[in-house]
Amino acid sequence: MKLLIQKRQSQSALFNLMTPLLCLVLALIVVALFLVMAGVNPFAAYRDVGIEALGSAYGLSETLVQATPLIFTGLGVMLAFRMQLWNIGAEGQLYMGALGATWVALFSGITSTWLMIPMMMIMAMILGGIWAAIAGALKARYRVNEVIITLLLNYIAAGIVKYLVYGGWRDPKGYGFPQTADFPPNAILSTYFDTRLHSGFWISLVLAAILWVFTEKTVWGYELRVIGNNPRAAQYAGMNIQSKTIFVMFLSGALAALAGFAQVSGVVTRLQDNISPGYGFTAVIVAWLARRSAAGVVIVSFFFGIVYVGGDALKITYKLPESFINVFQGMLLFFLLASEYFVNHRITLVREPKTPVAV
Amino acid sequence: MIDLIETIFDTTIRAGTPILFGTLGAIICERSGVINLGVEGLMLIGALAGFAVTSMTGSFTAGVLAAIFFTMIAGMLHALITVYLKGNQIVSGLALAMLGVGVSALFGRSFVGKGLDGLSRIEIPLLSKIPIFGAMFRQDILVYLSVILVVLIALFFSRTRWGLYLRTVGENPGAADTSGIPVTRYRFWAVALGAGISGIGGAYMSLAYTPFWVENMTAGRGWIAVSLVIFSMWSAPRALFGAYLFGGINAAQLQLQAHGTSVSPYLLTMLPYLFTIGVLIWSTRRLEKGASNEPASLGLPYDREDRK
Amino acid sequence: MSESFLRLEGITKTFPGVKALDDVSLDVRPGEILTLLGENGAGKSTLMSVLSGLYAPDSGRILLDGKPVQLASPADALSKGIGMVHQHFMLVPNHSVLDNILLAIDNLTFKLDRAALKTRVAAIVSDLGLDLNLDTPVWKLSIGQQQWIEIIKLLVRDTRLLILDEPTAVLTPQEANKLFDFLKKLRAKGSSIIFISHKMREVMELSNRVTVLKKGRSVATVTAGDYDTSKLARLMIGEDEVPTWSKVSHAQPNVLVSVHGIEANNERGTRELDDFYLDIYAGEVLGVAGVAGNGQKALGEVLAGLRKPINGNIRLRSVDVTKDWGNGKHFSIIGHVPEDRKAQGIAPDLTVDENLVLKSYKAPEFCNFIFQKNKAIRDNAKVQVERYDIKAGPSGAKVRVLSGGNIQKVIIARELGIKPELLIALYPTRGLDIGAAGFVHSVIAKAGETGMGTLLISEDLDELLKVSDRIAVMFRGKLVGIVDPTKTTREQIGLMMAGEAPV
Repeated sequence: MKLLIQKRQSQSALFNLMTPLLCLVLALIVVALFLVMAGVNPFAAYRDVGIEALGSAYGLSETLVQATPLIFTGLGVMLAFRMQLWNIGAEGQLYMGALGATWVALFSGITSTWLMIPMMMIMAMILGGIWAAIAGALKARYRVNEVIITLLLNYIAAGIVKYLVYGGWRDPKGYGFPQTADFPPNAILSTYFDTRLHSGFWISLVLAAILWVFTEKTVWGYELRVIGNNPRAAQYAGMNIQSKTIFVMFLSGALAALAGFAQVSGVVTRLQDNISPGYGFTAVIVAWLARRSAAGVVIVSFFFGIVYVGGDALKITYKLPESFINVFQGMLLFFLLASEYFVNHRITLVREPKTPVAV
Repeated sequence: MIDLIETIFDTTIRAGTPILFGTLGAIICERSGVINLGVEGLMLIGALAGFAVTSMTGSFTAGVLAAIFFTMIAGMLHALITVYLKGNQIVSGLALAMLGVGVSALFGRSFVGKGLDGLSRIEIPLLSKIPIFGAMFRQDILVYLSVILVVLIALFFSRTRWGLYLRTVGENPGAADTSGIPVTRYRFWAVALGAGISGIGGAYMSLAYTPFWVENMTAGRGWIAVSLVIFSMWSAPRALFGAYLFGGINAAQLQLQAHGTSVSPYLLTMLPYLFTIGVLIWSTRRLEKGASNEPASLGLPYDREDRK
Repeated sequence: MSESFLRLEGITKTFPGVKALDDVSLDVRPGEILTLLGENGAGKSTLMSVLSGLYAPDSGRILLDGKPVQLASPADALSKGIGMVHQHFMLVPNHSVLDNILLAIDNLTFKLDRAALKTRVAAIVSDLGLDLNLDTPVWKLSIGQQQWIEIIKLLVRDTRLLILDEPTAVLTPQEANKLFDFLKKLRAKGSSIIFISHKMREVMELSNRVTVLKKGRSVATVTAGDYDTSKLARLMIGEDEVPTWSKVSHAQPNVLVSVHGIEANNERGTRELDDFYLDIYAGEVLGVAGVAGNGQKALGEVLAGLRKPINGNIRLRSVDVTKDWGNGKHFSIIGHVPEDRKAQGIAPDLTVDENLVLKSYKAPEFCNFIFQKNKAIRDNAKVQVERYDIKAGPSGAKVRVLSGGNIQKVIIARELGIKPELLIALYPTRGLDIGAAGFVHSVIAKAGETGMGTLLISEDLDELLKVSDRIAVMFRGKLVGIVDPTKTTREQIGLMMAGEAPV
């Protein structure tokens, strides 16, 4: 008996759909084992997650609140993915976006209700875009590894925000808390009913639709696909990879920065140093799972919205650390990576014929 | 004045050592052709395992061994995915980083706020009396171990059969394979062993540098280690230089804070990251100018039956 | 002749979508040179990769000295005395010559005694009459020298059977002769050699026996004396239609493009083109001969506008266009069939339709500034697929699933589709079977009717002699000379390929 491993010519659609679900189940099982080791009853924990995130209208709205920044950052990372660029710095771009939006809201002197929100968005996109374009430019000009640069820039962005909220931007009437003053009402996104769901959610959906059209229907999207699939062929076809690298990174960062805008303008209504529990990192998984599709980003973000709401619930009920959901995310990624091998290879057990010894 | 310089030099070494372990581990891994972006996660696992086991058993040796053991297990996960299942090395590394952050936070809950008496220093007679540089010889056992490892790794790659084979696997796995070198086995163990060494860096953090446990205590040092691999051009002695350079920046930054400059501490803590970015740009440009030591097959999975 | 010591029986190997080997059998006798003859794609390399342990066969067995053996890895094969020099060398470019050779020594001690090993290897090198510095990194060596290192790697082991996969493809005729002398000596000492080739002259000169492969099957094994060139050719090609066409020259008297004193470097900063001059006339097919790695690639890239020369100028109909050439202004008049069609010529995961507009996607035909005209792109594909007889599979199929010949047709259809004035074709028939190669030749020759000049870079002298109006020979980045294919000999070109100026 031996294992015969062959590459598959094509994968069935059903297989492609079932594998991520199977990975999800496996990840949940492994995390359950970890929970048991940490002294938590996994069944109770998972039940609580389901109830918290999906069991009520309010829970559902909370899931959408968590999904919103994931859609923005996920779209950003996905766009860079399309060109084989790894933007692991969505977290830092989110913070830079929040910083830009906050500056407009509190210090720009804009008072017009009509101008306020658009200017906050634009400023966020500019700052976040530049933040990512730094890595893009270094990659294009000197081929510096963008993974590491975007990642290191996260720490610097977080440092700048800390510097401001502990320093010059701290609310003098805020009892010393490291946070800015509250935004004026015209700088706050409207919320619905009695939930925290805000209009940033709709903005993220509209952006996803626009991005879908751009990536699938336009000349520009075609160029991105060619570059992403085979940069040498793109160069050979006369495409300017360098300038596109910088531009795509700028857009990628600008999209991620809108998550920061949505957080400060829709949820927190001021700037503080903990506006994101790691949305920018989860965005990498979102983009990876979405298979580079804008629609996929929306769907996967909703799923991770559940994970975040669930994680919050576990944090409160079981005193689990906030970064606990990283365990789940890491395991899910591992299983997904492993599953690709089995999707692409056919593994069969064959009985070897007894080879007669030649005379 | 001499005292101040000695203090800075001492901090330089101590701040550089965790990074040095992290970088050395990553060098072994990358020399085999596998990128490991998960060093941050490995160092966290190492930090927690070291701290937890030491505080439970009272033995530093047990703590360090536990750190090596658990990070090797985590490294094997990365190796399994990338070497045997040919998964994307970047994504797998990120998964490892996330897993490390999450797992160490989850199991570290009960250790938060506890302290340890840090590893004691061992004075080497005579040498430790040298002004300034004497600081080098008043360190704990792990610092000495890190320097010994630098020498051993350098010798391993240049003077031994396994070192030659491992370099070949990273440069051209096809050539290694046709010469009868088991590519996947070499890669698997290089990743696992590299992970274990990176893990010691984490243990150094929680056992000696700041002997207590807090969530996310490595604060990006794993990522700095990954960047320093490029700076070091995949060579162990240069990694020592890079890590101490980083340590020096850190020491200077801490001294500035201690002596109450008007600059915000939040800006000062950014310095090492800025420095690392600068170093990365500088060393990549050098690479581009042809002085390349980068393993030629870095990041590429090897499948014998892939047709060119 | 003594009995065979190695038998392959009923070997079958399938790659996704292709049955590369179908029930192939083969035997090897001690002290013989067995030639494996067959067209590109007949399965020669695949069969030898099975024998050297690189590929696992789906079925069939291998008998060594009468006993079935498992060759699960190259290490297995090597330990049983079977070694192979692959067409793509298995060398480590960044390692020194010595380190590369050390990889082949089995019983290395844990601590390497470099000095002793160096003496040992140096002895072998001087025995072979080679001039090699053992400390040089391999990437600095010529392809011919690199091949010798591969051979030395097999000599330091006890190799009973040496497999050489088209070793002469990268050699000048003179270098090839040196190799043949060596192989004959080796045979005299009792070693066996399997020699893969599709060049008749070599086969006639060397072989004791010839096994002919065709489309993954072994069609015949013949012994020296029982065959002549035409019999072998018939066996190799079979009764397949070979498209015939008689060459008509469309060359015009006016110069289309000329390069003057061009100098260009590669990525590593090594000089690739050195004070290079060439005129390409409208309508002609200008062949470029040379051993691989003598600057052909750089010439193709400079002319295609993909690499900026550091010196010299390019003229289009006597107008100096050097400055604009590299920034895409002339892209629409240059067709380019790249050297590595899969790595450079296509975006493999995009559809055939999308790949067919890779050069013209910005043309008003296919887009209106922002949006692509999907219908026009589909219609264009329909036309091209039919005109060039591309077996493209169902509509919407990815290019990566096409065979090499069909991928090449996609590229040629696209490049000629922009109606270029200059066509640069690098090794356009490499790896294609005779039918597809003939098709490519006739298409290129016919396109000359419109006045399109063609630069045909190839390592296949027969192809160049057949298709070109003139043949330019390159050596170390310089032009050695230009010959008329009707008035020259292979030997003459061979000498020029080694750098000797024509008399």
